[in-house]
Amino acid sequence: MARKITIDPVTRVEGHGKVTIQLDDQDRVIQTRLHIVEFRGFERFVQGRPYWEAPVLVQRLCGICPVSHHLCASKAMDVIVGVDSDQLTPTADKVRRLMHYGQVFQSHVLHFFYLASPDLLLGVDSDPVKRNIFGVMNTFPELAKRAVLMRKFGQEVIRLTAGKKIHGTGSIPGGVNKHLTVLEGNELLHGTSEFNVDLMIEWAQEGLDLFKSYHQKNRDFIDHFADFPSHYMSMVRKDGALDLYHGVLRMVDSNGDKLIDQVNYQDYADYFSEEVRSWTYMKFPFLKSKGKEHGWYRVGPLARLNTCDFIPTPIAQKEFEQYQAYTQGKPHGMSMHMHWARLIEVVHAAECMKELLSDPDLYEGELVRTGLRRAEGVGVIEAPRGTLFHHYQVNEQDLITMCNLIVSTTSNNEAMNRAVGWVADTQVSGRREIPEGVLNQVEVAIRAYDPCLSCATHAIGQMPLEISLYNSSHELLDRVVKN
Amino acid sequence: MEQSYIQITIDGREIMAKEGQSIVEAARDHGVVIPTLCDFKSLPPAGTCRVCMVQIGGRIVPGCTTPVSFGMVILNDTDDLRNLRKGLIEMLFVEGNHMCPTCEKSGNCELQNLAYQYGMLVPRFPFLFPHRKIESHLPHLLIEHNRCIQCLRCVRGVKAKDGHEIFGFIQRGINIRVTIDSTDPDALTEETAQKAMDICPVGALIKKKTGFKLPIGKRRYDVNGNG
Ligand code: SF4
Repeated sequence: MARKITIDPVTRVEGHGKVTIQLDDQDRVIQTRLHIVEFRGFERFVQGRPYWEAPVLVQRLCGICPVSHHLCASKAMDVIVGVDSDQLTPTADKVRRLMHYGQVFQSHVLHFFYLASPDLLLGVDSDPVKRNIFGVMNTFPELAKRAVLMRKFGQEVIRLTAGKKIHGTGSIPGGVNKHLTVLEGNELLHGTSEFNVDLMIEWAQEGLDLFKSYHQKNRDFIDHFADFPSHYMSMVRKDGALDLYHGVLRMVDSNGDKLIDQVNYQDYADYFSEEVRSWTYMKFPFLKSKGKEHGWYRVGPLARLNTCDFIPTPIAQKEFEQYQAYTQGKPHGMSMHMHWARLIEVVHAAECMKELLSDPDLYEGELVRTGLRRAEGVGVIEAPRGTLFHHYQVNEQDLITMCNLIVSTTSNNEAMNRAVGWVADTQVSGRREIPEGVLNQVEVAIRAYDPCLSCATHAIGQMPLEISLYNSSHELLDRVVKN
Repeated sequence: MEQSYIQITIDGREIMAKEGQSIVEAARDHGVVIPTLCDFKSLPPAGTCRVCMVQIGGRIVPGCTTPVSFGMVILNDTDDLRNLRKGLIEMLFVEGNHMCPTCEKSGNCELQNLAYQYGMLVPRFPFLFPHRKIESHLPHLLIEHNRCIQCLRCVRGVKAKDGHEIFGFIQRGINIRVTIDSTDPDALTEETAQKAMDICPVGALIKKKTGFKLPIGKRRYDVNGNG
């Protein structure tokens, strides 16, 4: 019997949100809010657990990017066991890096091909019943097959380094618990004609070309949709290179001028603070020196390519040069350029995997180091969606007493609100109802940030995307819902 | 003295058991699997966990504390016994707080392995979610009371150099919990802590600071689901 599968576009965001738009007396949009109504509570229930459990426990926050949490908590615990993350053994450093680049590769591929490509390939306004990965499979079967194999490749890298595709245990305080075997390395390097790292680099480039040709035909949409200036923050390598695993913090403003640079992330609390607002569970981080109002910033692929000076792998660097030239070296503020940046990172991640797989340290060498126990540690990693902070305090009995997580989606909270605000401003202002297509556009705006709302809020229960429009007397004028 | 043998039958198979052996020991000698948790190598039997229940005539008895006798006809692998054992395993789960996904004994845990073997999905009994503590004041050992199944293996099997017991039990009934001899804290060396962790069938005794060193794939039940 034939089965009809309908995938609603809102499902293509991890978690759910609710949007309210407020109009003034002249029906101009004065406020737009993206409410996140889910709650998770990991920061609380990691308290009282032994510190070495954190990398395994906290990764359960997410089934999409658990590796980021696994590694970030490990980096914080490196500090606790007395080894800074750049003092790990070469083997530990490289096994973790491979795990991380495998994760970034599969997560970005998932986002672009499974979640974002239906909008781009089939059209933002196409029938929602078909605008999903199954629609892409029917129309572009070869592309869909590649997407599946690329994701599988990244997951295989994770399995071999972490022990399992999802929720492994490979990274431990002070190092890792396993090498790769030469046989495993060879499978990834040379494998089969449909499964090897060179092919992944090639397909990653073709994915990027797909975006670029779409961009050429749809400049207006890609360059102007939800385009707004902001600050951008990421971790970069000390010499300014793009480095998703380890480095120092850097933030630039909308002109590309550095607001902070070479900041040791152990000191992040001196630079950043978080604001709680009553209408959402998601916090709003900001740069203290700029204050609550102006200190917000964006993270993720867009921010990373706006902050780094170069990309240390050749093919991605070439692409980066084109990317930079497009805005004459100025930061890209266009939300849809997030896809462009993300796809350059896919190429970079594939190149990094190849480099690491060819490194003998991966296959032999010391796994773990420890030093003098410390009471407090911060870990930072550039997760697929942006900078991720894990901060822990551990008592003398080895139990965690405090945990603070600033996840990437939280840092992009203000930006997502602004992106949704941009749609409201351009589409809703001057009207008393929500026009056709706004729901789609709001989704596209939010999705560009690849938000993982459940993980960002600390999520029980689910909610569809719902947009409500209120007049100046707070009376509901219109509501549209997608279940 | 010469060992004398007696004939018993387990699930229709005739076996020559050593006189004085328990049913579990005799079965093990002949490759017949009777599940156990509180039973450990050469330690004297305790009969606390009850998962080794077998049927003799109309009676259900624990196989670890029941000695073999001549002509004994034992049923081990029947639907009723499987269901009974599964129920006991489920009770052990609901009585404590067993969070396998984040437990470092996962993959090495005998309780988890039995749950898999007996196809436990969701326990038939309500979870009790007891309030239990983590004891972490010792330098080398963490006692995770949430996971203790009161099997007494640590009490019977971990001794100080001079032979005295390090572990014991305090309180009674549902509140019973394992404790250590506070008069001699030095007896719990790093080596003893490792021994305690190895002897504990679950993740209640954890050697500190070494968590998750054994990679997935190398754990006891990754290699062999029957241990
Ligand atoms: S601590 Fe472990 S060995 Fe000791 S009684 Fe509890 S479960 Fe058994």
